[in-house]
Amino acid sequence: MKKKMMIRTLGCLLTMSCAAALLTGCSAKTASGENGQVVVYNWGEYIDPETIEMFEEETGIQVVYDEYETNEIMYPKVETGASAYDVICPSDYMISKMIGNNLLAELNFDNMPNAKANIGAQYWEQSQGFDPENKYSVPYCWGTVGILYNKTMVEEPVDSWSILWDEKYTDNILMQDSVRDAFMVALKLNGNSMNSLDEGELAAARDLLIRQKPLVQAYVIDQVRDKMIGGEAALGVIYSGEAIFTQRENADLEYVIPKEGTNVWIDSWVIPKNAPNPENAEKFIDFMCRGDIALKNFEYITYSTPNEAARELIEDEDLKNSQIAFPDLSQYANLETFTYLGEDGDALYNEMWKEVKSN
Amino acid sequence: MNKSSKKTAVPRTPWPTGRYMAAPYLLWSAAFILIPLAMIFYYGLTDKSGAFTLENVLSIGTPQHAKALLIALLLSLVSTLICLLLAYPLAMILARRGISQHSFIVLLFILPMWMNFLLRTLAWQTLLEKTGVINSVLSFLGLPALNIINTPAAIILGMVYNFLPFMVLPLYNALTKIDGNVVNAAHDLGANGVQTFFRVIFPLSLPGVISGITMVFVPALTTFVISNLLGGSKILLIGNVIEQEFTQASNWHLGSGLSIVLMAFILVNMLLTAIFDKNGEGTSL
Amino acid sequence: MIKTTAQKIYTALIFIFLYAPIATLIVLSFNASKTRAKWGGFTVKWYAALFDNADIMQALYNTLAIALLSAIFATLIGTVAALSIQGMKKRSRAILISITNIPMLNAEIVTGISLMLLFLTVGARFGFGTILLSHITFNIPYVILSVMPRLKQLNPSVYEAALDLGASPWRAFFKVVFPELLPGVLSGFLMAFTMSLDDFIITHFTKGPGVDTLSTKIYTEVKKGIKPEMYALSTLIFVTVLVLLLLVNKAPRPKEKQTLQGTKKGTAK
Repeated sequence: MKKKMMIRTLGCLLTMSCAAALLTGCSAKTASGENGQVVVYNWGEYIDPETIEMFEEETGIQVVYDEYETNEIMYPKVETGASAYDVICPSDYMISKMIGNNLLAELNFDNMPNAKANIGAQYWEQSQGFDPENKYSVPYCWGTVGILYNKTMVEEPVDSWSILWDEKYTDNILMQDSVRDAFMVALKLNGNSMNSLDEGELAAARDLLIRQKPLVQAYVIDQVRDKMIGGEAALGVIYSGEAIFTQRENADLEYVIPKEGTNVWIDSWVIPKNAPNPENAEKFIDFMCRGDIALKNFEYITYSTPNEAARELIEDEDLKNSQIAFPDLSQYANLETFTYLGEDGDALYNEMWKEVKSN
Repeated sequence: MNKSSKKTAVPRTPWPTGRYMAAPYLLWSAAFILIPLAMIFYYGLTDKSGAFTLENVLSIGTPQHAKALLIALLLSLVSTLICLLLAYPLAMILARRGISQHSFIVLLFILPMWMNFLLRTLAWQTLLEKTGVINSVLSFLGLPALNIINTPAAIILGMVYNFLPFMVLPLYNALTKIDGNVVNAAHDLGANGVQTFFRVIFPLSLPGVISGITMVFVPALTTFVISNLLGGSKILLIGNVIEQEFTQASNWHLGSGLSIVLMAFILVNMLLTAIFDKNGEGTSL
Repeated sequence: MIKTTAQKIYTALIFIFLYAPIATLIVLSFNASKTRAKWGGFTVKWYAALFDNADIMQALYNTLAIALLSAIFATLIGTVAALSIQGMKKRSRAILISITNIPMLNAEIVTGISLMLLFLTVGARFGFGTILLSHITFNIPYVILSVMPRLKQLNPSVYEAALDLGASPWRAFFKVVFPELLPGVLSGFLMAFTMSLDDFIITHFTKGPGVDTLSTKIYTEVKKGIKPEMYALSTLIFVTVLVLLLLVNKAPRPKEKQTLQGTKKGTAK
């Protein structure tokens, strides 16, 4: 009896899964596009899927799309050549590491007229911090890091990182769960550079973070968003792109860039040296730089776009002039972009971060 | 060939076997279990230049790593114990329901696994948060709030939740195998309920207990997802350290070295299993 | 009377504990708000959106295909392995069982990474194939460990009797031995299918570009906020399986067979 039932159950489950597999299999894209393919490796949820479909329709190039969660997860996959990608979207400091380790191909900007025309001059200039001659990367998204706070839970004005050390907000603070972002906050509060390699400065920052730990509710990455919307915490360290989304969902939330300065980051498209389809990769990057496409992506992911043409097309005046999406950077002091610290530098940061976390 | 081997075959193999039958699995386990394991040892025992070193393995002695290991041991032991205490009575109740419902009961415990593990753990966040479902209900009833999210208690809850079926199933299997006549005989001979349990039922279920402990303790010891999602990443377990070495710090040598240390604990566990469970029967699910 | 009520309450409590998060997910699948932190009213729009989402459907296809294929291969290899292990001498048997235990007892993260290192070294192309090989590897032990106890319960004299009655060894095996093993083989298959379906860590380390299973897709989404379509899909999978289970369990069985099976069980003991 037991056997009979087992067999019947299994039979049903199998039929069901086969049916489902067949159904979904039909809709699955298996054939390669008529003009070949392009393998894209991007951050999770970092593009409007419609733009990919539009690219496929217009060019006949099939897009194979893959996602990663952190620069550090992406890097070894590209370095070892385990998977051959055509286009990747790393952050600033990771791009300088990849250039340094000779992993990136030089771009031919003649094939990318939209990139040349639409990306604002200030972003090219900013990129020179990690790509000195603007030879390897095309900016895709940028933003700042700041404090998101709930107006109903925080009384005093928020303008400094120091509020994250205020005991009044014990168990109401969300910190970033990544080495560089967490140390950025502490280093900036101490008036140091966030690219510091000075052991004394780092030790001071580490001690500051250890002192903060009892006040912190949780170390999270993008979950700051859900938790702040739900009113779980009063203060959170967040990326500006997420701040726009959270404000739409909960009007009590406000975003500030602290006076001690912060991180201005850029994520840019690059083409690795071992890319199997570099021409298609350039077509993909150029397509993403088209004003209407960049606008679609901006509206979908809410991260600031360096694309001037896209910004002109924004219909919502509030969003177009939003100080969160497009802050006037000249108003803020001590803005910096992460640089690659070298293997020893990375190891030092990681060691100190482990001390914070295990305390 | 089969005909001739039949005459000479040892009765241990009451069906046609030959050396070649073990070959596929031997090849498979060599290629996908032993060689990969050897590679972990290679990385764990070398440094970046490829020279032999014990530094990666010995780094378990640093205060941060030792603390992460100790906390992981503590939390996984506590959750294993809770699982055992919760699962044993349940398995006994279920075992009495008779064989006809066997598969249904087993499937009821497997069923939650058809909903993704990450989603289920995330759902606990929604339940446990300060403004979560449980606290909304409690405050509606005028009861004090339950503040365990982002504490070790939430991690233990997550472990118990995720691994409880792995304790219930082996226990249930072991208990259904116990012959009812043995229990009746104990009663007839004058043993009371408590005596019967400790003298007869529990010893007979020991293989199930051991295999349940193994199946809960090992994954609990090495998890990194549960502590991230329910512990707010504030508590660093040894699994988190290893995961970070591989995915954040890109230090595969240190990550492998620490994995070797973890394997040592698992070896101890395997030895215990071998001692208590000579037939290897309890490991069945 | 009190005792059975207490037992029922206890069982109910445990099942509430096990199924509370699942109920939560089902409720979230009807939440009109995109974030799990807010209830935005009742909607079924995510169910409609689900079928338009080619990415999720592709991930579902991959997940089911890998689970099905890996379970089939693992069941084949594992059953044959269990048969041959049973026939081995004590020492080689102990060694093989220890090897079998490695993927079960080793930390998933270590298994995942060790397989990744292997695939990197041999220069394999990461993708569907590498995931499948890894899943077969960690599924085999579940099959072996489900079949082995059945083998031990087997009465060798039944097989010998069949031989004495003139059956060929293979015929005797498939007519007499295999039917007794079938429940073990099937539960091994089911376990393998389920473990493959639910695996995240090993897939995470062995996957390649463009190949996502539901687990890895969810993991990238955990950081950015889970898409409500995912809740909808999980709800559909769960409800389908649950309904199937209930149907199978409640379906009336022919009386005659029941007694036949009953006597079979009796003699087997």
